[in-house]
Amino acid sequence: MSKKINLTLKIWRQKNHSAPGKFESYKIQGVDTDMSFLEMLDVLNERLTKEGKEPIAFDHDCREGICGMCGAVVNGQAHGPMRGTTLCQLHMRNFKDGETLVVEPWRAQGFPINKDLSVDRSAFDRIITAGGFISVKTGQATDSDSMLVAKESADIAMDAAQCIGCGACVAACPNGSAMLFVAAKVSHLNALPQGQPEKKIRVHNMIDQMDKEKFGNCSNAYECEAACPKEISVIHIARLNKDYRQINNPFH
Amino acid sequence: MLDPKIPTGALKDKWQSHKFNNKLVNPANRRKYKIIVVGTGLAGASSAASLAELGYCVESFFFQDSPRRAHSIAAQGGINAAKNYPNDGDSVRRLFYDTIKGGDFRSREANVYRLAEVSNSIIDQCVAQGVPFAREYSGYLDNRSFGGAQVSRTFYARGQTGQQLLLGAYQALMKEVAKKNVILHPRTEMLDLVVIDGVARGIVVRDLITGKIESHAADAVVLATGGYGNVFYLSTNAKGCNVTATWRAHKKGAFFANPCYTQIHPTCIPVHGEYQSKLTLMSESLRNDGRVWVPKKAKDTRPAHEIPEDERDYFLERKYPAFGNLVPRDIASRNAKEQCDAGRGVGDTGMAVYLDLKDSIARLGVEVIKERYGNLFDMYAKITGADPYKTPMMIYPAVHYTMGGLWVDYNLMSNLPGLFVVGEANFSDHGANRLGASALMQGLADGYFVLPYTIANFLAQVKPNAKEILSRQEFKQAENETSEKIKKLLSIKGKTTVDEFHRKLGHLLWEKCGMSRNEAGLKEALKQIPEIREQFWKDLCILGSGEEFNQALERAGRVADFLEFGELLCLDALKREESCGGHFREEYQTPEGEALRRDDLFSYVAAWQFNGVGQAPTLHKEELKFEEVHLAQRSYK
Repeated sequence: MSKKINLTLKIWRQKNHSAPGKFESYKIQGVDTDMSFLEMLDVLNERLTKEGKEPIAFDHDCREGICGMCGAVVNGQAHGPMRGTTLCQLHMRNFKDGETLVVEPWRAQGFPINKDLSVDRSAFDRIITAGGFISVKTGQATDSDSMLVAKESADIAMDAAQCIGCGACVAACPNGSAMLFVAAKVSHLNALPQGQPEKKIRVHNMIDQMDKEKFGNCSNAYECEAACPKEISVIHIARLNKDYRQINNPFH
Repeated sequence: MLDPKIPTGALKDKWQSHKFNNKLVNPANRRKYKIIVVGTGLAGASSAASLAELGYCVESFFFQDSPRRAHSIAAQGGINAAKNYPNDGDSVRRLFYDTIKGGDFRSREANVYRLAEVSNSIIDQCVAQGVPFAREYSGYLDNRSFGGAQVSRTFYARGQTGQQLLLGAYQALMKEVAKKNVILHPRTEMLDLVVIDGVARGIVVRDLITGKIESHAADAVVLATGGYGNVFYLSTNAKGCNVTATWRAHKKGAFFANPCYTQIHPTCIPVHGEYQSKLTLMSESLRNDGRVWVPKKAKDTRPAHEIPEDERDYFLERKYPAFGNLVPRDIASRNAKEQCDAGRGVGDTGMAVYLDLKDSIARLGVEVIKERYGNLFDMYAKITGADPYKTPMMIYPAVHYTMGGLWVDYNLMSNLPGLFVVGEANFSDHGANRLGASALMQGLADGYFVLPYTIANFLAQVKPNAKEILSRQEFKQAENETSEKIKKLLSIKGKTTVDEFHRKLGHLLWEKCGMSRNEAGLKEALKQIPEIREQFWKDLCILGSGEEFNQALERAGRVADFLEFGELLCLDALKREESCGGHFREEYQTPEGEALRRDDLFSYVAAWQFNGVGQAPTLHKEELKFEEVHLAQRSYK
């Protein structure tokens, strides 16, 4: 059964990338515990608009945990306190009446702030552009069952491929590292026979791009796995490191 | 009568001979042609990637921050293909027939046959890209069943097939970005189509971060901007899905076809409150292992586990023994509504039926069910706070997909030369009802295997001149109109928020033009929509300016278009005096309450021409000729 709770929200407000930001406090009454976190923000935004105050900018789209568009740090945790949950799937029944929630955007050098809780994650697209693909053109493919894939390889690939590119791993990492994001894509493609021909150049180029985008290094804190809404395992980082060692840097 | 330009010859030879007869563009000349692709879902990303591979100069526009966010990502269940790997009697012809029949004989035969014909190549392509489809221990691909078919032809990647296919197309696109064959324009919304001398020549866009309005010219424009389900406010679509790109193209002359064909998906999580912002789908694949039921007695408030077997009505199995829980979506939805309207609905609101996997869990074990549907069960538990492994899920139908869209000919070109429309944004392949796992198939068929051939035939007949044409005054004029419209929205300074208007419109449409429709209700909606629209332009409240990131302003532009489009939706529903697929007119039903088509009067595509806001549009008809299939009342009994 749903009930109503009252909350205090401290939300990061920042007009644009170059403007300074600060926390603003909002009291919100009668939050239905069946609401999602984003629906709670919707209700607050409706109220702010009616009061003549600018609503809070936040990214969101599918609201079913798969598009990877939403995300904020709630009380120090990327996507909030629930494991394996995006902000849009976090429901207010997980909070207590009278609680204060501190809500901030992803904070990382690689993710400049657009406004309030919205950040620019185009660095992720550039990392994929560097090698997160298999270079097959439309029409080149042979019959899909002509190449068998062991179920365990397909399962490893699928486990890794679930990444939604939200950036929580970067936000949660003390170093602002994008290792889990990069590892998930490398693991997905390198686990499959189709991904073998470009394996080395993929690993090299994606890591190179990750460094250029000012993401930090991995120091095995595993905060990324804890924050990942798809619960992608750090074992993929180990796989990435193994592949990286095998490159022996032939491109430099 | 509209000419769909269907090639002559036997149905099975049309596409092959058409490809041969099409003109080609020499590889060295392709880079001289610029093509704009709007949208990066399955249809948009696959189009942009394939056209870039061929050597055309492609620019891709989308309002999200990355091409990977498009709503195709949320498709759960699977993608159909006629591979016949399970050896259970499938073929191109059967997939074609199931799709025509599923669409209640309101789609174009030649398009649907082509769709079935290229379906197998899609699976090949996706596997080559590294899409991790489900496999058996032998290493071969696995299949499952979907509604409207008696064969297992659906390929899947757990409950995230759309995600994996979209990531495949996205990665194909990004590899072309790496080669500088595609320029991406993220967070950029198309706000107008520019038509010069009757030909689509470019678009006007707004940079959503800076607010800058800008024109882009091209030798062809491809719209892959999805459906209009969000006109109902609550739907399973992403919050950003909208009709703006197609509607504004419609206002520039493109015909809008069959808007009344909207699909209500039977298995969604029921509405729980006024603040509700969207509805969440539970994949149709659950109907493989789940049984839909309600208590036999009306107003039975006992919890599910206290209702004995003989007091349960498995109404789909009872009424449709041949297809059982796997009847097509429109039939499953209407039957759920019928049960709830009769007072047998369950849950707090009485607007839900049970989807029970108890028997399958007992037969197969929790582990197997978890592997098949684990992510869906988790999602259900997060949203509702109930555990579907222990209690049956509650579901209710919700707006999900729109079969209508911009009218296109066999070449996927609209009536405006140079304007191509692919994926859900066009009207062409699903008739009055889409079968499960066919949207992914159509989006990728259009983008990978149809458009690259048909667009060449158009381009081969025009001289590339995108750079020069940009200086034409039509671009300036469209930019000015776009800026004026934004200024007007911001200058109203009223008291009602965008969402309040959107909710009001959506509620009206759901009541009057939702799962079932009648003349009086539609006329009432047609009276009320212009009133809401008038109120919108008098009392809308948006804060901030147009020269910054302003999400309320973005939504306002989209809702303004929904307020115009909603009228066309109801008008089309009013004028189609028959029931077919997702369009159920209460006046036209069989004694058993099934949809009653009137083939003698309505076997046509209704393509509407815009004549001004509040003005009656002009109806153009495309006659549907069936050469191969025999029209019959659909029977899933």
